[in-house]
Formats: sequence, C-alpha cells, structure tokens
Amino acid sequence: MLITENILLALAGLKSNIMRSLLTMLGIIIGIASVIAIMTVGNSITVMVNTQMQEMGANNLTVGVSAKSTSEESTTSGLHFGAGNRREMDTEDYLTDEMLDSFLQEYGDNIKYTLLSSSVGSGTAMDGDLYAYVNITGYNEDYMDYTDLTLLAGRSFIEKDYENAQKVCIVSDYFVNNMFDGDTSAALGSSIEVNVSGKYYTYYIVGVYEYENDSYSSSSTEDTTTDLYIPYDTARAQLHTENDGYESITLVTTIDTDSEAFADTVENYFNVKYYSNNEDYEVTVTSMASMIESMTTMISTIELALAIIAGISLVVGGIGVMNIMLVSITERTKEIGTRKALGATNGSIRLQFITESVVICIMGGFIGIILGIVLGAVAATYMGYSASVSVVAIVVAVAFSMGIGVFFGYYPANKAAKLNPIDALRYE
Amino acid sequence: MAKNDIMLDLHDIHKSFFIGTPNEFEVLHGVNFSVHEGEFVSIVGQSGSGKSTLMNIIGALDRPTSGEYTLDGVDIEKAKDHELSILRNKKIGFVFQTYNLIARTNAIKNVELPMMYAGVPRGERTERAKLLLEQVGMTHRMMHNPDELSGGQKQRVAIARAMANDPAIILADEPTGALDSATGRLIMDIFHKLHEEQGKTIVLITHSPELSQETERIITLRDGDIKGESVGNWAKIKEELAC
Repeated sequence: MLITENILLALAGLKSNIMRSLLTMLGIIIGIASVIAIMTVGNSITVMVNTQMQEMGANNLTVGVSAKSTSEESTTSGLHFGAGNRREMDTEDYLTDEMLDSFLQEYGDNIKYTLLSSSVGSGTAMDGDLYAYVNITGYNEDYMDYTDLTLLAGRSFIEKDYENAQKVCIVSDYFVNNMFDGDTSAALGSSIEVNVSGKYYTYYIVGVYEYENDSYSSSSTEDTTTDLYIPYDTARAQLHTENDGYESITLVTTIDTDSEAFADTVENYFNVKYYSNNEDYEVTVTSMASMIESMTTMISTIELALAIIAGISLVVGGIGVMNIMLVSITERTKEIGTRKALGATNGSIRLQFITESVVICIMGGFIGIILGIVLGAVAATYMGYSASVSVVAIVVAVAFSMGIGVFFGYYPANKAAKLNPIDALRYE
Repeated sequence: MAKNDIMLDLHDIHKSFFIGTPNEFEVLHGVNFSVHEGEFVSIVGQSGSGKSTLMNIIGALDRPTSGEYTLDGVDIEKAKDHELSILRNKKIGFVFQTYNLIARTNAIKNVELPMMYAGVPRGERTERAKLLLEQVGMTHRMMHNPDELSGGQKQRVAIARAMANDPAIILADEPTGALDSATGRLIMDIFHKLHEEQGKTIVLITHSPELSQETERIITLRDGDIKGESVGNWAKIKEELAC
C-alpha cells in the first residue's frame, strides 16, 4: 500500500520540477539509450549475417587444398611470406575426379550436392551500342539444382549441355532488359558475345532467370552486374582446364548429417588416403556452421565490449541521481522531520526516497529504451541491415535501471531515514 | 489497552545534552507533572526555560536522560525507536508554530498522511480527512496546496491533521505564534471547541502568560524546573470576548 502511495508521491515530485527531473534522468537516458542502440545494431548485424550465411548453406562443407602447417609455422603464426622452400601449388596437388568419386562412393549417403563451379570472369556483353555487365561462371548439375533459379522463360541446362560442353547460357531478366529491350522471346535462342578482358566468348541463350536484388547497394541500375550461368564443362573447356583437379569443392550434406562432425571425417578421409605422402599440402574442410558460430561469437564479443563502455555512462548517470537525491533530502529536511513526527518510521522514510530514485531511474530507462531503439534502428538501416531489437537488452536495461535506482538511492534514503526528528524539524 | 484516567505522567524527568563532554549541561532538572484525560493544560515558560526540550519528550521525539514517562499507559523508556514512531502516529497530534504542512501536497492529502502511516485504507482515510477538514471549516479549500493557503488556513489544516488518528493528546507548540491576533483567536477557538465538544486532551506550549490564561491549568516552567501551577481564567475571558 505504501508503495503505491510512494510512487504517486514520487511522480508528483517529478512533475513539480520537470526540468530538474529531466536533467537528472539525462544520464540514465543516455546510458540506457547507448546500450540499447549498440545492442540493436549488433543484433541486427548478427541476424543479418546469420540469415545470409544460412542462405549460403549451414550444411555446406568447403573441402580445400591448403599448405600444410609445420610445427615451426604454427608457433610463428601470422605473417609468414615465402614459407621457406615450399613449392608452388601444382595441379598434382589438386583434388581429382577419382578422389571425389571414391569419396562419394563411400560417403554418398551423407552428401546431397557436390558443388563445382568455375569462373570464366567478368565481362561486358555488347551488341551495337547496347551493353550489359555480366559475371560468367560455370556450374555443374548439382550446383544448378542447389541454386534453384527462378526461370522466367526457356529452360535450364540438360545433360547433353554438360556432356558436350555446349556453349549455352542462362541470363537474367535484367540482362534481357538491357540487351533485348525486355523482349524475352527475342532473347531466347539468340547468341551473345561477351568480352572478358580481351577474350571473346559466345553463348546461346537458352533461359532467362529472375534477378533477385538482394543487396541494398542499389547503384545505378544500368551498371548492375548480373550472373551469367553456363554449364561447368563449358567453362572448363573454354579455360582449357578440363583435365585439372580442383583446388576446392563445396559439399552440401544432407539435413540429417552433423556437418561439423562430418567435416572431420572428410578431412581425415582425404588426408589419410591421398595426402599422406604430400609434404607440402593437405586437405582442410571448413563447415559453414562453424564459420557462422565463430562469426556470431566475434560480433557478440565486440558488441559486449561496446555495451560495457556505454554502461559506464550509466554509472555516471547513477551518480547524478544520487547527487540530486542528496540535494533533495537536504531541501526537504523539514518535511522529513514532520513526517517522522506524524509517525513515519525510518523504514517508511527510506522506502519513500528509494522509490523516488527508482521511479526516476525507471522513467529514464524507458525514455532511454525508446531513444535507443530509434537510434539503433536508424543506425542499422543506415548501415544497410534490417533493424532487429534485442528483447534481452530491453529486459536487462529495465532491470539495470531499477538496480541503479536502488543502489544509488539507498545511501541518500538511508541518510534521510536516520535524521534525528528534532533536528530535522528545527531545520530551516 | 485499558483507558487510564491519567493521560501523561512525568516523574523526575532529567534531560542533559552533550553527555560525557566538557560541554555537558542539564536542561531539565527533575520535572514532575501529570495530565488527566480531557484536560486542557498549558506549559508556560520563557525561551531557554526548557519548554521545547520538554515538548520533545512529551511528543516522544526525544527520550529523557533519566526519569519515567508514561503516555496513555505506555512506558516510553522501554519503547524501541520504531515503537516510538507508532506511538507518535497513534497517540500524539502535533500542531507546530510553523504549521509544517507537506509542500506540494494538498490539504486533504496532508490530513490523510498520519492515517497512511497507520495503514488506514485509502477510501476510509479520505472520508475521515473530509470530515476533519469540515470540523475546522476548511471544506472549501480541501484541494489546495499549502502555498495557496493563508497562515490561519494552514494552521486549521494542521489541526485537522493532528486529529487524524484520534490521538490521546494534542500537543500544540505556539500554535498562534506566527499569526495575527484575530487569526490566533480563531485557532484558539478551534482548540476550545475540540476540548469542550469532543473532550480532547490538549497540551499547549507557549511563552505567552496571556494565552495560557485560556487553559484550565497552567504549568510554569523556569530554568528547567516547574515553578508553580495555577488555574486558568477561561470562563472570564470567554465572557469578555462575548461582549
């Protein structure tokens, strides 16, 4: 009962001196707002990175050939140019089709897709004064299935395209807009010529896919570079690398497979079977899941560090509240004396002033939360992330501002409670 | 608690300050007196006579250095600090020279305050506060804050507040000291009304012999000792006022 009375009393007190109340709250407002803003931005980045990486595939394993780390190297990790007398990576060190086949025979059940791609390069398609920028990349059948393009017209690649390394391509609707004035039927079956740093490649358009503008970097639409898909074998034939191995392969595991544990199995398989005699290179497998994890951990650590720094301003705000409470108690000494004469116990005087300080802090906290969310949302949007408010941060902020109220209110309140009623009554 | 005919009983009350230091001095040198239920008593003394110290002890704001003080059957010496708070809340109604209303708090809330500390439910205490303000003729200013009231009005609210928990005694410390004579008369009339119509026990502390003449019994304090008791002259004063 006394609590509600005290809250009403504290609110009336705040209202009677709005300027002072606001200034007192300011420290808390700034502190809470900055913590919330930082958490909101951090949270937005985490969510964004997570979804992006999930999209890239949480089940992805990257199998790559990399330099063997010697014991000497691991101690002096960091900058290590030249790496002694190690020879350059050679085609002999690459993963081969045979290795891949025998691996798939053994572990095929765990693998959903084997993604192979080969980049021809970025270039410009030109026809008279019409032009469009493209990235030419060859993808294997699994990769095309995995990518799951939304075809607007035409067809995807068929088996014959891969086997015969047909010079066919799938272009974006964007490309069609630039080169064929949006006429899809005219585009299908047409041949296009692309200039990739001086080399000319010619392809026949068999399909048109819907270009998804997923980045916020909407630069001038004219110059947007879109992907041009060609069969994997075509790319390798054009690059004259059809007999080379692979420096890196991406495997997509089935849903049921624990990709992180499986990564070790894969690494082991290749290294024991094929790379035990290779002095300089070995196979390293990185799972996307572990990358997401380490990324998230990194972001949270940075976020936490920033939040702690912002938290310091909260402590400063708390000291401000304590200062004003002490002033207010001195001003109201006579009131305290009167209350005691009327029967207020030390406990009820203490409760009154702690309530007042908590009310100030919680109100400051609420204003701070609103301000922080707005600031965080603006910052996140400005940085190109969709804002995502951290609920935990809000709960913690409310609890924390309450805690500050109690902590910094206790000393002044106790001082008030212990005032001698006679001295307090006589105080002018 | 059994009602006792004697409301206040002070026996051999001594009060010293700065005990144990070279500055130690005794303000009250063994004060003895008692007040019966329904009495209107005044304690008169010049400044420095020890009347403020005595008032603090009677009001349970301070404890005597030695001696026994019983208030409505409760032994003050044995009461703990928080019990003294309860005692002040329930048994004593203070009226101060400087009114001591709580700022930024309207009249009705001020009157409710002692009841709030006593744990009276909100509805009930608002009801009673209205009644008490009506008795002192302040119904029309119930919602006003102290800074919107005149001195006399403030003191009337303070008297209503003192009555809030129906205390055993009303302890009035120079209640008319800050008021002009006409307003002071008005305040004194309220005390007389409370005494005559409701049988309240009232202890009036004043430096004015003239004012003390209005009470039934006058206790004169000088240099920390009771120098004598006399009977007041209210009946005659009342008659003169009526003319």
